[in-house]
Amino acid sequence: MAQALQLVVCAGIVPDPLQTLEPVTGPNGPGLKNEMVLPAVLDPWAACALYEAAQLVAKNPGSKLWLVSLGPKAKLQQVMMTVGQKAVFELIPIDGPIGGFPDAHSTAAALAEAIAALPGFDRERLLLFGGWESATRGAGVTLQLVGERLGITDQFQGVDQITLREDGSFEVLERVEGGRHQVSVCAGTPAVLGWATGNLAEPRNNPQTGMANMRGIMPALQKAKTVALDGNGLRYVSVSLPKQQRETRVEKNMTADEIARELVEWIGAE
Amino acid sequence: METILVLTHVDESGSALTKASLEAVTAGVELARQLSAALTIGILGPASAEAANSAAGAVAAPGARLLAVSGEAFAQPRYATDAAGCEALCRAAQASIVLAPGSSRFVRVAAGVAHRLGGFLDTHITSLSSNDCVDATRWFYRQRVEATISREARPWFLLLDAGTHAAFAAEPATAQVEAVDVTLPTTRTTVEGLRSPMRDAQTIRPDAQLLFVAGAGWTKKQPDGQIHVAEAGQLILAFLRLSGASLGSSKSLADQKAEGPGEEQSVLPFLSHMNQIGQTGATPRHAKGLSTCCHGEEPHVVGWRFVGERRAISLDQNCGWTRGKADVVYITDAFQVIAKVNELLQARRS
Ligand SMILES: Cc1cc2nc3c(=O)[nH]c(=O)nc-3n(C[C@H](O)[C@H](O)[C@H](O)COP(=O)(O)OP(=O)(O)OC[C@H]3O[C@@H](n4cnc5c(N)ncnc54)[C@H](O)[C@@H]3O)c2cc1C
Repeated sequence: MAQALQLVVCAGIVPDPLQTLEPVTGPNGPGLKNEMVLPAVLDPWAACALYEAAQLVAKNPGSKLWLVSLGPKAKLQQVMMTVGQKAVFELIPIDGPIGGFPDAHSTAAALAEAIAALPGFDRERLLLFGGWESATRGAGVTLQLVGERLGITDQFQGVDQITLREDGSFEVLERVEGGRHQVSVCAGTPAVLGWATGNLAEPRNNPQTGMANMRGIMPALQKAKTVALDGNGLRYVSVSLPKQQRETRVEKNMTADEIARELVEWIGAE
Repeated sequence: METILVLTHVDESGSALTKASLEAVTAGVELARQLSAALTIGILGPASAEAANSAAGAVAAPGARLLAVSGEAFAQPRYATDAAGCEALCRAAQASIVLAPGSSRFVRVAAGVAHRLGGFLDTHITSLSSNDCVDATRWFYRQRVEATISREARPWFLLLDAGTHAAFAAEPATAQVEAVDVTLPTTRTTVEGLRSPMRDAQTIRPDAQLLFVAGAGWTKKQPDGQIHVAEAGQLILAFLRLSGASLGSSKSLADQKAEGPGEEQSVLPFLSHMNQIGQTGATPRHAKGLSTCCHGEEPHVVGWRFVGERRAISLDQNCGWTRGKADVVYITDAFQVIAKVNELLQARRS
């Protein structure tokens, strides 16, 4: 039997991974040089969560999908031009700072507040999704804190699969050490799932979906609430780029035998 | 004056602390010494004297404590019970700084526990230092920007990356364990066990010296105009068996599905997204890494941040590895070289 679910996906926006990043320190602490003009994408693992959520909505009539995203309004709008073509959702934008340096606890508080205030929000039917780590802070903290704030104590991280069952329970596969999955069965919603890659390919852009979404996205962006995030005593002592360059020896003329011998010696004993 | 709690948990056997837990114990011992702070070790798991004894040496100093929450509820990792157990340990220890291993078990619950204690959490800590205050180092933007942070707020929870400290080792002693009571929450989640997605072999070996990365080139048309996926699979598996290496993959290879009706499996059946290294994959720690048939693009190479010596084999002399990302790059056919390497490794064995 299909279940009418409430799916909330928390997803931030992050610089396109192909961009060069340079940290700078401004009056409000560290940030990235030209952060506001760097091309941005939806956070990749959270994007996997969005695609998984959209599939669950498609399979469970009566379900609803919200995408809650905290970031500067103008950047959110840019990213939504593409993301809006990939899945049908209602955007709940929160106008706030960009990047990985603001404190996760404050971000979580703002997200939890926005979720609890969703019109028609029914916590008992909630599946709260997001990425298991962001591509900015990479902490794996935000989603869990949102769950705690909403009083949800069935939480899963590094999720690659959810299988809903007839009785409302579901099986979850979570990544654990050594390339294995922990298999758990949860009696039902509400639950928090921080997604790893999942099983779905990125959906193709569908301009019709985009047009339909945009009708809701633009007004939502206009009325997005602006939040300031408390630093919670987090202090950055230093922020720097690592030394990237190695002195590379490029070997073009060695035979396969010579290379193999050199490699075996380098690999050393088992 | 700081007080330090190290949260630890038992491994799958239920009778020993995990290596990552013992690494966190080392970090706790060092930090307690630097700060002249009192140290408490907290253990989560089914009751285990053996596990407690392995950490007893760390709490030999006067004032140090060893706490444990135990019982069947903690035999398996699960948010509701683990959060309750860790919360109880933290309340009993009243620590200002809580260190814990960044294991999948604690990663699942640490933020929630910090929140319950009114504290704050930072994860993926790679080093700790202390002069007047405690500083912690971690990476941002998927290992592209490194920062040292500090917090005034307490309690401050820090999850340590595996492999950043030596595992605590001392002669096991009989530990004086204080049992901590936990009010267990109702559980709605049942842990059914572990499942390996690999069909043929377990290829991810976090403790291996060597990381072997396979890129999409293994499945591309080769100079003879043909693809040789089956041969690629055999060469890679043989190499893993003979070298003991852990298998990593590029995203392009992990994304590829096998062709044919109903096939949802990866093009190389022993490989899954869990092998993927990089921006949207893993960042494992290994002393050495060998990349094969992979272009070495930045979103891939960020996953090599904690790989020491790096070598690559690629047909393309303009690949990313040649631009300062590897120590040695061999511009040649990986099929030929790995076949020879396997022969030599085999000969060395016999
Ligand atoms: C948001 C985002 C996230 C990403 N995350 C990741 C990530 O986590 N991990 C990741 O890996 N990538 C990631 N990427 C993709 C990344 O940018 C590259 O596309 C990918 O790493 C390329 O994989 P590859 O080098 O295996 O394949 P290719 O680019 O196809 O390169 C194959 C290489 O194999 C060589 N080759 C072919 N045959 C042989 C032979 N016989 N012997 C030797 N060499 C041979 C070729 O010369 C070539 O250099 C991400 C991209 C984006 C946009």
